[in-house]
Amino acid sequence: MRELNAADITQAIASLVQTANTNLPQDMCAALARARAQEVSPVGKDVLKQLEANAHLAARESIPLCQDTGMAVVFADIGQDVHIVGGAFEEAVNKGVRKGYCEGYLRKSCVKDPLFARENTLDNTPAILHVRIVPGETCVFRIAPKGAGSENKSVLRMLVPADGIEGVRKTVLEAVEAAGANSCPPMVVGVGIGGNMEYACLLAKRAAARDLCSENADPRYRALEQELLMAINQTGIGPAGLGGVTTAFAVHIEWAPTHIAQLPVAVNINCHAARHAEIRL
Amino acid sequence: MHTSTVHAITTPLESATARLLRAGDVVRITGHILAARDAAHKRLVACLHAKEPLPVDLHGQVIYYVGPSPARPGRVIGAAGPTTAGRMDPYTPQLLAEGLSGMIGKGMRSAAVVEAIKQYGVPYFAAVGGAGALLGEAITSYTVLAWPELGTEALADMTVVDFPAIVAIDVLGNDIYTMGRKAYQGVKS
Repeated sequence: MRELNAADITQAIASLVQTANTNLPQDMCAALARARAQEVSPVGKDVLKQLEANAHLAARESIPLCQDTGMAVVFADIGQDVHIVGGAFEEAVNKGVRKGYCEGYLRKSCVKDPLFARENTLDNTPAILHVRIVPGETCVFRIAPKGAGSENKSVLRMLVPADGIEGVRKTVLEAVEAAGANSCPPMVVGVGIGGNMEYACLLAKRAAARDLCSENADPRYRALEQELLMAINQTGIGPAGLGGVTTAFAVHIEWAPTHIAQLPVAVNINCHAARHAEIRL
Repeated sequence: MHTSTVHAITTPLESATARLLRAGDVVRITGHILAARDAAHKRLVACLHAKEPLPVDLHGQVIYYVGPSPARPGRVIGAAGPTTAGRMDPYTPQLLAEGLSGMIGKGMRSAAVVEAIKQYGVPYFAAVGGAGALLGEAITSYTVLAWPELGTEALADMTVVDFPAIVAIDVLGNDIYTMGRKAYQGVKS
């Protein structure tokens, strides 16, 4: 049994939310540069140029890439041989979010009650926390701040088995078409297939937060990802939705076993500021 | 699609200038603009319904849909890119009727807003969503005018210099999002 201090979790989260919001991952930067070379629309090229300049400036000056620094989505894989000491786990995570958003000059976009007063919590807590208990004595924290522009375009369809691959295709393409300019393309499209209602959504979220260069282990799903990506890039939506051939950088699919009567499909779109950062403790 | 024209425009935006702009034109905006998003729009329209005076005269004003991140010490503002304009659609026609002369945001607008754009001759500009750090560089002052309790959503005055945007919907109702998508539909990279 290894001991992990809650204060170390707080410090790690505080640092991660700042890194994630100001430093675009290297694979996303490379994708922007590649897309600028390939984009045929002059307006699209100019948008991609602005996005590259934005990423450089944000990293250099520690300014958020986007003013919508999101809700702090935290994926925590906790090794079962780790004993967290010196404080409550969830509190440690929220303390880290509070510290990171306040000290890092990040925007506090969280309201306490969604329907009536909508009063800002002023420190961007609480985090959206997804915990898994895993073998071993290591904890992995992955932070994926997610803005509302793209999150608002999420889709869940409870398809039935007869809808098949065609139903999945249609669901994904319709979601992307409806999102259009609003989700700040070029996007990363996360797709969750299987599970049940809430689990399909979580799969889509995990898919959207995957590294851009990550590859699906299953060749059938990998082929479907490629096929969907090609179709999305032929919608004409383009960078910032102003027209072009670069609408998405990737389609990521995560899947899970499901019920004999179900084929749930969830789509969670990440904007071009596909932010995430990870640490192992 | 013509995209070569670059207009340097200043605020307050004159109607005659607005009428010359066409969807796809690149603009660089200089002068004072207002910052307001969801909560401030709700309050502006609530003032109009209650027949109370607005905190600011909207005539000739350009409104920027933005909720900036806090400024680091020594800076005017943090990241300040556009937010989704469609969420302002329910309030927009009433503000255009009050004399608003331009809007900056990102994303598509409702049919009712496009009609109001044509009726009042008020263009809608798009800035690049998510280029918040870069766009913040074009903002040289930020002063809250009303409702400071709304934080990032407060009604504010901004000075911008050569703020980069594109005409998304012109006064004839031409829409770059529809035109752009059509032009590149089916094209392979």
